[in-house]
Amino acid sequence: MPIRRLLGETGEWMQGGGPHSQIVVSSRVRLARNLNGHAFPGWARKQERMQVLDSIRPEVERLPEMEGAYSVLSQDMTALEKQVLVERHLLSREHASKGVGSAVVMNRAQTISIMINEEDHLRMQAIRGGLQLAEAFELINQVDSALEARLDFAFHPELGFLTACPSNVGTGMRASAMVHLPGLVLSEQINQVIQAVNKIGLAVRGLYGEGTEALGNLFQVSNQTTLGETETEILARLQRVMEQIIEHEQNARLMLLQKKPNTLLDHVGRGYGILLHAYTMSSKEALNLLSYIKLGIDLRLFPEECRQPVDELFMETQPAHLQKGTRQKLAAEERDVLRAEIIRAKLRGFRAPDAAPLGLRAPDPGPAS
Amino acid sequence: MNCDVCQQGQATVFLTQIVDGKMQKVNLCETCSREKGVTDPTGFALADLLMGMGAAQEIEQGGVQKCPACGFSQSDFKKTGRLGCPDCYQTFAEGLAPMLSGMHKGTVHTGKRPVRMAQFLERRARLKGAESELRRAVAQEDYETAARLRDEIRELESAMAGVGSEGGTSARSVGGAGAPEPQDSEGGEV
Repeated sequence: MPIRRLLGETGEWMQGGGPHSQIVVSSRVRLARNLNGHAFPGWARKQERMQVLDSIRPEVERLPEMEGAYSVLSQDMTALEKQVLVERHLLSREHASKGVGSAVVMNRAQTISIMINEEDHLRMQAIRGGLQLAEAFELINQVDSALEARLDFAFHPELGFLTACPSNVGTGMRASAMVHLPGLVLSEQINQVIQAVNKIGLAVRGLYGEGTEALGNLFQVSNQTTLGETETEILARLQRVMEQIIEHEQNARLMLLQKKPNTLLDHVGRGYGILLHAYTMSSKEALNLLSYIKLGIDLRLFPEECRQPVDELFMETQPAHLQKGTRQKLAAEERDVLRAEIIRAKLRGFRAPDAAPLGLRAPDPGPAS
Repeated sequence: MNCDVCQQGQATVFLTQIVDGKMQKVNLCETCSREKGVTDPTGFALADLLMGMGAAQEIEQGGVQKCPACGFSQSDFKKTGRLGCPDCYQTFAEGLAPMLSGMHKGTVHTGKRPVRMAQFLERRARLKGAESELRRAVAQEDYETAARLRDEIRELESAMAGVGSEGGTSARSVGGAGAPEPQDSEGGEV
């Protein structure tokens, strides 16, 4: 199936939904696997990578989960198409830089993505909307079990699944949740939370993983260790932490509403004003402002029907998504103009945030005494 | 003080991170700190960085120069922070062990096993049991039991040979030399 078609469709997780979806955008679980007797992709010669690709790809394509799947060789994708997939978290940035000898297979619903010859021979991931770590694991675990019966995975009785990077050895599993935490950021509690999460062996990263900035108050929380615990134990730990983070975020929002309603309304109101009236907008600014509109919807400052268009804008304003409809590659300034235009068009029908449901007046005259 | 990564530049960035109560420190020059993304505190995990270099230093003490299976060397690991092939875990086992225990929660995999591997290990455990039972039976001159055990051993051996040739090699080539028996290590070392 042509890749163009996939780019035109939205994945299941991108449509929102799932448990706790106001705060948890998505849950992802990826497994790293390698074939016995072959050098890892980063060390293998081209011929060996091709050989590995040829032995893995047909097995992946014949999985029942992959009926009607998109299976694309890396060299058959343009840089822009790859970037769209990166923005959807279907392709890693590492895999996007690969040429001949690599491929990716994605199911129709865009919930499963299997990268061949990334850092490891196989990087298989499942992604679900909201907090669905166990469900995402189940999905990819089935794929793993089916493939394991046909492919000879490198497995050490003591070290578990062997991976190119020693930080993945053992389960080869990285489970992560993408969370939207404007309350914790605004109340300046986010660093405390990040430190606490780090202390129990989980990592907190920006929107696109390792080494990326935390834009739009979006963070990724994931396990850092893969050896010495079962998959279930790792998932349970992450699940517990996620539940606590959700609670902290909810408390932070309540606290802001009670103690600093003006700060809160100011962010939402400014976000609305700028997004609705700007004529040039960087993707960074867009994400940061959209975050406050999303918060405004959670707080019922905007009606619920605003949610879907705003969620869509998070994706549509990303650089590659912005350009997938245009004929040629746009310069940065042209992108910013187009981005502002798309946002204005989408938000045109939105009424200004209404503080009435909060029982507050905006602006708040301050404590009467 | 020199940079821990390039060993050349003057270190001006001093990082300390505490994960699981373990303190990790690293000193970097300006160029390396920028390259490694250290300036962005939210997107940076010190462990990932340390792994690349600290590990390489540890590996050097291992003594083995090159992986016989893929030709990967210690200096390659120092450069990339990645290994060459599955067999490298055996080749560099000595150097990797302290690094893995510093990096992970434990040193022994307790999670999912491929079914084929699980069967192989189960059979191997059963084989050992049957062999010692056989010795006992022979000593006790219980020839009926001994005959039954001998048949069982023969069956197990042929089943394992089958797995070995079609892919169970991982259990032999990687786990064979050096690595302790999984049954023992799970109980003893954790």
